Amino acid sequence: MLSFITRKKILDRLMLAVFFTAGFITIFITIGIVFVLLSDSVKFFQEVSIKDFLTEKEWTPVFATKKFGVWPLVAGTFLIAAIAMLVSIPLGILIAIYLSEYASVRVKEIAKPIIEFMEAIPTVVYGYFTLLFVTPILQKIVPNLEAFNSLAPGIVLGFMILPYTASMAEDSMKGVPQRIREASYALGATKLRTAITIVIPAAISGIVAGFILGASRAIGETMVVAIAAGMYPNLTLDPREPIQTMTGYIVQVALGDLPYGSIEYLSIFAVGLALFIIAFIFNSIALWLRSRIREAY
Amino acid sequence: MVMANFIIDSIKSLFLGATDKSMEEIKSKEQYGYKMEGDVKLDIKELNFYYGEFKALKNINLKIPTKKITALIGPSGCGKTTLLRCFNRMHDLYPGSRYEGFIIFHPDGINIANPHIDLLDLRRRVGMVFQRPNPFPKSIFENVAYGLRVNGVKNKKLIEERVEWALQSAALWDEVKDRLNDNAYSLSGGQQQRLCIARAIAIEPDIVLFDEPTSALDPISTSKIEELIMTLKERLTIIIVTHNMQQAARVSDYTGFMYLGELIEFDKTQKIFTVPSQKLTEDYITGRFG
Repeated sequence: MLSFITRKKILDRLMLAVFFTAGFITIFITIGIVFVLLSDSVKFFQEVSIKDFLTEKEWTPVFATKKFGVWPLVAGTFLIAAIAMLVSIPLGILIAIYLSEYASVRVKEIAKPIIEFMEAIPTVVYGYFTLLFVTPILQKIVPNLEAFNSLAPGIVLGFMILPYTASMAEDSMKGVPQRIREASYALGATKLRTAITIVIPAAISGIVAGFILGASRAIGETMVVAIAAGMYPNLTLDPREPIQTMTGYIVQVALGDLPYGSIEYLSIFAVGLALFIIAFIFNSIALWLRSRIREAY
Repeated sequence: MVMANFIIDSIKSLFLGATDKSMEEIKSKEQYGYKMEGDVKLDIKELNFYYGEFKALKNINLKIPTKKITALIGPSGCGKTTLLRCFNRMHDLYPGSRYEGFIIFHPDGINIANPHIDLLDLRRRVGMVFQRPNPFPKSIFENVAYGLRVNGVKNKKLIEERVEWALQSAALWDEVKDRLNDNAYSLSGGQQQRLCIARAIAIEPDIVLFDEPTSALDPISTSKIEELIMTLKERLTIIIVTHNMQQAARVSDYTGFMYLGELIEFDKTQKIFTVPSQKLTEDYITGRFG
């Protein structure tokens, strides 16, 4: 009898160790990534000052005169993300209003998995779809649109992040209690008015959290922009010109044969660190906003 | 005088397209076996209501008096809330609801159960207060102003006046006048419910429907709401659904007892609670079932 209890205890301890390891592996990996990013970035910043990194306006690591001003990459990244959000926010809101306030249960059952399926399509497919299909069509509409540009990948990214924008907005609108809608209808308000003046304001923190997660996803997206946006670090806000994003640069350099420890090699860690910080800030804001959904009603 | 009103109503309903059948049936106000003082606000005739295939209300015949408090009582699932939600057609928000029969809204003579009437206009004239306080997640002021804005009032001063008037009528003004911009959810449950009453009366409806308005409140808040409801009947017709028989006895002038989707008995409250004519009513109010 006693030995039986002890065996139970040992099993219990063992399982605790298994669960602990499983849970903490993700944390160890994150810490590992941050460590690698930091240690190689430190080496990079020993050769290039942080001041130059943040103030130079050119990014020419493979030229004879190397300049490491990160802004062209940051500008490219944010330009694409901004175009994506310009597409995704209005579309996401319209889809969310339709699905949460108007659509029948049947329509919802079909439409929502389809929107969420967009997330499951490999991004390389989106990349070639953009380059070979979307850009040629846009070239017929937009004058002087170059073969590589930020407009087409921005638009495609806007659709790609709908699972974040539309779907999260719909989830958080669905979370608004029905009795609050009924109060509005009982005063003679229309569906549209109820959706816009009651449901959306009540769900706004969740909706905005979805937008920020979507923006964060657009900033971190790699394949679409590496394929369709060009490889040209270009400090511009013109969506017709080729640009390079931070992720695009990392792919370009990582694919080339760079000697380990060279300044070009180290630069991708510095860019990666900057990207990590931006994404971290965005995700933190989104999480904070999402925790506010439970407030009020 | 009563007869004259009746004739006028009948002529009106003729012009407004009520059917001959409804005309014939408005014969006398005593036809359902009880005497009513004053005018009829809602005249419910042969009303059936279905949730999909399920017949939730069976042949309801009832006259709701103007500027009186009418209580609907009965055990859970008897259809009292279902009947209440027919009066502002709340069921229409959900698929599969179907009405048969007449709910004639006097003095216009409109049939509320007619699927083609303007629901927005109806709901402007038939307000509702719900079981649990359900203020909008907005400021106290905006909660009351919302109904006015919905109905096209744009004049800022007028809105302010109406909001103050409504809050005063709901006996809430003194408690909130210094914090009108605070979120409505900073109020206590009882205050929230009075805010919901203010919101409902701000647009001056003819009728206010109360769906178990105190079931989520403590006894003190409950008595405040009851007092408030009794003062409101000077201006409004009130229909209240309650599972609390003492409440029905305290506040109402008329009481209807419902059971399994049927209206078993309808009479003056005093009569229902002292000498009910139906055995079922007596069993229910004496607590033998329910």
